[in-house]
Amino acid sequence: MMENKKLNILIPILSVLLGFLVGAIVMLAFGYNPIEGYAALFQGAFGSMYNIGESIRRTIPLVLSGLAIAFAFRSGLFNIGAEGQVFVGWFAAVWVGVAFDLPAIIHIPLAILAAAVAGALWAFVPGILKATRGVHEVVVTIMMNYIALHTTNYLIRTLLSDGGSQSERIANSAWLATPGLQEMFGYSQIHWGFIVSIIFAVFVWFFLEKTTYGYELRAVGFNPHAAKYSGMSVKRNIVLAMLISGGLAGIGGAMEGIGTFGYMYTHGAFTNLGFDGIAVALLGANTAPGVVLAAFLFGALKVGALSMPPLSGVPAELVEIVIAMIIFFVAASYMIRLVIMRFKKEEN
Amino acid sequence: MQFIDQFIAMMPMVLFYSAPLIFTALGGVFSERSGVVNIGLEGLMVIGAFSGIVFNIFMADTLGAFTPWLSLLVGAVASGIFSLMHAVAAVSFRANQVVSGVAINMLAVGLGVFLTREIFGRGQTDSITEPFYTTSVPVLSDIPILGEMFFDGTYYTTFIAIIFAVAGWYVLYKTSFGLRLRAVGEHPMAADTNGINVTKMRYIAVILSGVLAGLGGATYALTISLSFAGSTISGQGFMALAAVIFGKWHPLGALGAAFFFGFAQSLSVVGANFDFLANVPGFYLTIAPYVLTILALAGLIGRAEAPKANGDPYIKGSR
Repeated sequence: MMENKKLNILIPILSVLLGFLVGAIVMLAFGYNPIEGYAALFQGAFGSMYNIGESIRRTIPLVLSGLAIAFAFRSGLFNIGAEGQVFVGWFAAVWVGVAFDLPAIIHIPLAILAAAVAGALWAFVPGILKATRGVHEVVVTIMMNYIALHTTNYLIRTLLSDGGSQSERIANSAWLATPGLQEMFGYSQIHWGFIVSIIFAVFVWFFLEKTTYGYELRAVGFNPHAAKYSGMSVKRNIVLAMLISGGLAGIGGAMEGIGTFGYMYTHGAFTNLGFDGIAVALLGANTAPGVVLAAFLFGALKVGALSMPPLSGVPAELVEIVIAMIIFFVAASYMIRLVIMRFKKEEN
Repeated sequence: MQFIDQFIAMMPMVLFYSAPLIFTALGGVFSERSGVVNIGLEGLMVIGAFSGIVFNIFMADTLGAFTPWLSLLVGAVASGIFSLMHAVAAVSFRANQVVSGVAINMLAVGLGVFLTREIFGRGQTDSITEPFYTTSVPVLSDIPILGEMFFDGTYYTTFIAIIFAVAGWYVLYKTSFGLRLRAVGEHPMAADTNGINVTKMRYIAVILSGVLAGLGGATYALTISLSFAGSTISGQGFMALAAVIFGKWHPLGALGAAFFFGFAQSLSVVGANFDFLANVPGFYLTIAPYVLTILALAGLIGRAEAPKANGDPYIKGSR
């Protein structure tokens, strides 16, 4: 068993290394110097307090969307709908931020709560349809993503502005950023949302590993028939899992709304926060600590990528290739396992 | 009467929007019927669109009017090769197939835009000079009403897509190859016992899905977008996946679902022309296809049963 546990940690690390290796090969193939390329990437992600602040800022919503998807995965559900739940959460948080004038100690939690409720509502539709009618959650969540995209765009034009493409700024009392913190990190867009994301990471870990509810959810995800035999309600657990998953993704949207931007604008396409959350959850092996680490890796990579073209001439999309390859190697971990086992045998 | 006229006028648009979805959904049917979940349809479409466009731009001068057809072929082949990655991961390395599909999607966009930057020096290709043009089918377009609806001002690619769907149905349900492919997706161990090579069948199915999704992506690029950028394929692959499930993993069902989505999409574009829809805000028409799909799944279609072994890697000797 210990062997297995070690492998579970070793495989993501090896996958990350292999992903970078493929990136280096691609750079070599197109006549770039991979050392220069990765130096630029590192510089972009951690080169100064400003870059570190940006990397953390980019990590915050990824932690939450990653947690959302990991939570659903553990319950045997595939929530592709995190993308749409991010949209409605973002909208709800900004709406609360604009419409009310409250002391910050109430305003911020209220905005986050509104986002969680909006995200949960959005996830409730696929959840209830799956539980009562057996409708595949993947299709419904894909549809809900598009509905979220168009609905929030419509509401921004009509409710949050007069036909404009951007909402008003939220009241200062709802803003998660403080000038002091931003100044400390070289005037980057960092905000206190990192505390929010850590709180929810701890919540997910505790809920899944230490409570009866979490145990039931995992049991349903692992084997719905066995769970049903031992008297658990599969239907209730499916709905509950989707509600919490959607709520988490909604809060991820709130981090953009009342943290990074302070407003919402109409989107022509998806933010990819939800889809990247899938990658985060997978690399993090669907555990809360793993998700936090994976989100930080991807957040830093995405910020670092922006420095690659100016510093080394390598197109920023190289990072997308690296991330995709990391996910691919995680998926094909059987291959890595085989290789490790073979090495072990030769040692003996 | 006016309503009917407008409806007839809308049909070419429906056909035009449906074609990429039909090809891609058909690919999804083949892959999933063999027991391999293919979330990567979106990425496979991206590869098809990218290679089709690049080939078209560089070969237009030498090949002339023949270019779009060969571009289509190039898109299909490139995507077929790319899908090998999914096959290797999902079949040989027993990967979680959803995860591998997600990786395919990310890699396709990353690679497509990376190469676009390398070739064109920016994130978007030039526009192609040899796209597909709308045509009127001789003789058939002279048929009253029906001719106008289906054979006037449409693309040949749409007809090819429909023929492919019917052929797909024939292959899956009327040939021994199709029976084997379905057997592998329902009960791989039983199939293996009967001497069917599960690994080989699944490889073939995944590569077929790559070829078909590549056709879909190239069709979209050569008829609708006419250039390639990272956002060219934005969700069509997921729509096709929805069509697979909506169509209950059946080629003709997927064809019908793709038409339904095409119809709904066209409605959101031209819906305002209809008298009885004129007062409905555009927003409601925009979300109509998605809401209708959910309603249909919830009420009319009910339980859609996936192939039994869908998503499970087959491990010889395990029970």
